[in-house]
Amino acid sequence: MADYETPKLLADVPVVVVPNIKPGAMSHSSPYVAKPDHNIPLGFPGELVENWQEAAIAKMGDILQKYRSIQVYLDSCVKCGACTDKCHYFLGTADPKNMPVARQDLLRKVYRRYYTFAGKYFPKLVGATDLTKEVLDDWYSYYHQCSECRRCSVYCPYGIDTAEISMAAREILDSIGYGQKYCNEIIAKVHKIGNNLGLPGPALEATLEDLEDDIKTETGVDVKLPLNQEGADILLITPSADFFAEPHIDGLIGYAKVFHAAGLSWTMSSYASEAANFSMFIGSYDNMKKQAERIRKAALELGVKRIMVGECGHAWRAAYSFWNTLAGVGHGAAEDDKYARMLQKQLDSSYPVPQHICESTYDLIQQGAIKLDKSANDHRRVTFHDSCNVARASRMGNMPGGQFIIPREVIKAACNNFFDMAPETIHEGTFCCGGGGGLLTDDLMEVRVKGALPRMQALKYVVDEHKVDTLAAICAICKTQFAKVLPYYDFPMHMILSVHQLVGDAVILGSND
Amino acid sequence: MSFLTVTYAVLFYAATAILIGGLAYKISVYARTPAPLKIPTTPAPTTTSGVVMRMGREVIFFESLFKSSKWTWLFGWMFHISLALVLIRHLRYFTEPVWFWVSWLQPFGKYAGFFMVLGLLGLWSRRVLVDRVRYISAPSDHLILALLVGIGITGLSMKFVAHTDIVSLKAFILGLMYFDWQPLPADFNLLLHLLLVAVLMIIFPVSKLLHAPGVFFSPTRNQVDNPRETRHLAPWAAPLDSSSAE
Repeated sequence: MADYETPKLLADVPVVVVPNIKPGAMSHSSPYVAKPDHNIPLGFPGELVENWQEAAIAKMGDILQKYRSIQVYLDSCVKCGACTDKCHYFLGTADPKNMPVARQDLLRKVYRRYYTFAGKYFPKLVGATDLTKEVLDDWYSYYHQCSECRRCSVYCPYGIDTAEISMAAREILDSIGYGQKYCNEIIAKVHKIGNNLGLPGPALEATLEDLEDDIKTETGVDVKLPLNQEGADILLITPSADFFAEPHIDGLIGYAKVFHAAGLSWTMSSYASEAANFSMFIGSYDNMKKQAERIRKAALELGVKRIMVGECGHAWRAAYSFWNTLAGVGHGAAEDDKYARMLQKQLDSSYPVPQHICESTYDLIQQGAIKLDKSANDHRRVTFHDSCNVARASRMGNMPGGQFIIPREVIKAACNNFFDMAPETIHEGTFCCGGGGGLLTDDLMEVRVKGALPRMQALKYVVDEHKVDTLAAICAICKTQFAKVLPYYDFPMHMILSVHQLVGDAVILGSND
Repeated sequence: MSFLTVTYAVLFYAATAILIGGLAYKISVYARTPAPLKIPTTPAPTTTSGVVMRMGREVIFFESLFKSSKWTWLFGWMFHISLALVLIRHLRYFTEPVWFWVSWLQPFGKYAGFFMVLGLLGLWSRRVLVDRVRYISAPSDHLILALLVGIGITGLSMKFVAHTDIVSLKAFILGLMYFDWQPLPADFNLLLHLLLVAVLMIIFPVSKLLHAPGVFFSPTRNQVDNPRETRHLAPWAAPLDSSSAE
């Protein structure tokens, strides 16, 4: 470990140069394997099963019947190469197996061998191979060098989404007891305690009280951070990092100040104290549903009318795209869908469910329900990092692309100095921070540092060009990842902030009194 | 009836059956397999008509490929559009009388053959020259290009170098269609052209050529972005609700 160099940033360009391939450059990268304690609570075998080959092939068949995406994507790739220079991990490592098509091919060559005519009878011709231990280890290594950011899917002429392939591969690995420690340990904590960090209710309550005191000391205003408050209008579900880590916690303070200034009734829940849903990263529908049902249950018990989600990228994907499917957290269930209707009849249909905190803050600004003093952020020169799952797997507001407009409008309402990074590195073409998809763990530090290269290059350009000193983001993983990797590229670690820290610093408290 | 005619007649019946049967099977698999989650690549259209437009831009203009690689787009689009024109042009051998719009497109289809081969050679050169694309290429990727180039060159040579007996050929094809077999002209270029076409038809449903139907079933491209407004539930996922309902 640690036997690697941080890639060098170039001067005067916003995008990195596409490297020549270096086969095997990252074949040594592999995260810690999950232990029985992590696997069993998720319904997976404790450790690698004896008949793993047979079991993995059978699981692949099962997934092929359940997911159209996998069936279509494994068949349709023509190897045109359009995606080959699109992955931040390839750009940062030059390992050809980090090219999206080559990553997919690790699974595809086994699919072809066991599930297609051509691969059964002419394996060499179509590049089909048996599922050997070597191939399995390749899966383990390279499917944990994908952050499931979907950048490749934007550029594929068939929309082939490597995230889907990586999720399927991880699901197969989990089904034979060969899962990743980091994700599985965290999911087990959520099932048991309710959040990724394993913060129990009393600890959470104490943390929130401390924060209330801090805000009081700083502003002289009694801003509340309510927990488990029955009858509140809004249930806020936020990533648990917001309770604990810098710079996340200042974002949480920002949400509280906004709610206070707008006079909204809100609460958090100690039972559903996690917006993140790492089960998505491992492609486990069952575990993803189990996690989402915590939100459903808390909403029913607290009797809330609205459900809101704090700053988190993949969590917003899970919430926006999947919560309605998984747990009926949304609108528009069919008449005979008792399960979903039970919750949906309680929710206020004049608000989207779930609603992103930025959507809410944006609306409050538009309505004049809160006032911001932009000059409070005059000491900052800000750029914004589009988080991959928000950009390419969700939406905000009513129109396609609202996920790009709304956070920027919120930032611009809170500060005077805003500068976007180069167009090809933002919006739908945004580069992942390098730590998403279940890779935010110290045992994957090399791939995280190298995978951050394209984003760091784009950042350097605006730092040099516009003297940008603040990188704002709306994702807990991005914030943690940047705090860690910025110093590798000679940027100060504190330049990463929550968007709602900017808002919190600018919002005029008590404007509604 | 000559041995040659019978062989080709049987070959084309078999190839047609495999192409249609194989594609029908694959399409039914794609259609039957549910997409349990909403996964459109966003920004995505929020209405069905928007999705039709998105798919149209994808299929007709290769919108995503254009965003990603201008050279691949240029060669790939040139090849596919030319192929479409060439296929339309070939309808004259299957229809009597020839439809007016097919006649009208003849001159375009005639020269499109050159652009088709040019596009293929461009794609092939990327496969050889760009290290990333070379790395991902299997032998079958080269062979399919060789097959298509072979079809293009044998076809062009009949149009521009040594004409084949086109009247007899059309009689042969119409004979196949109406089960009234007519002799096939024994012209080497023609026989090779037809053989390669039959091979293409046969491998279509068992190769990457499945991208043609596949694109229409791609959930990242064909889903409406409305997960908050409508509950989307796969048949296999629905029973999980009741088992966990409070």
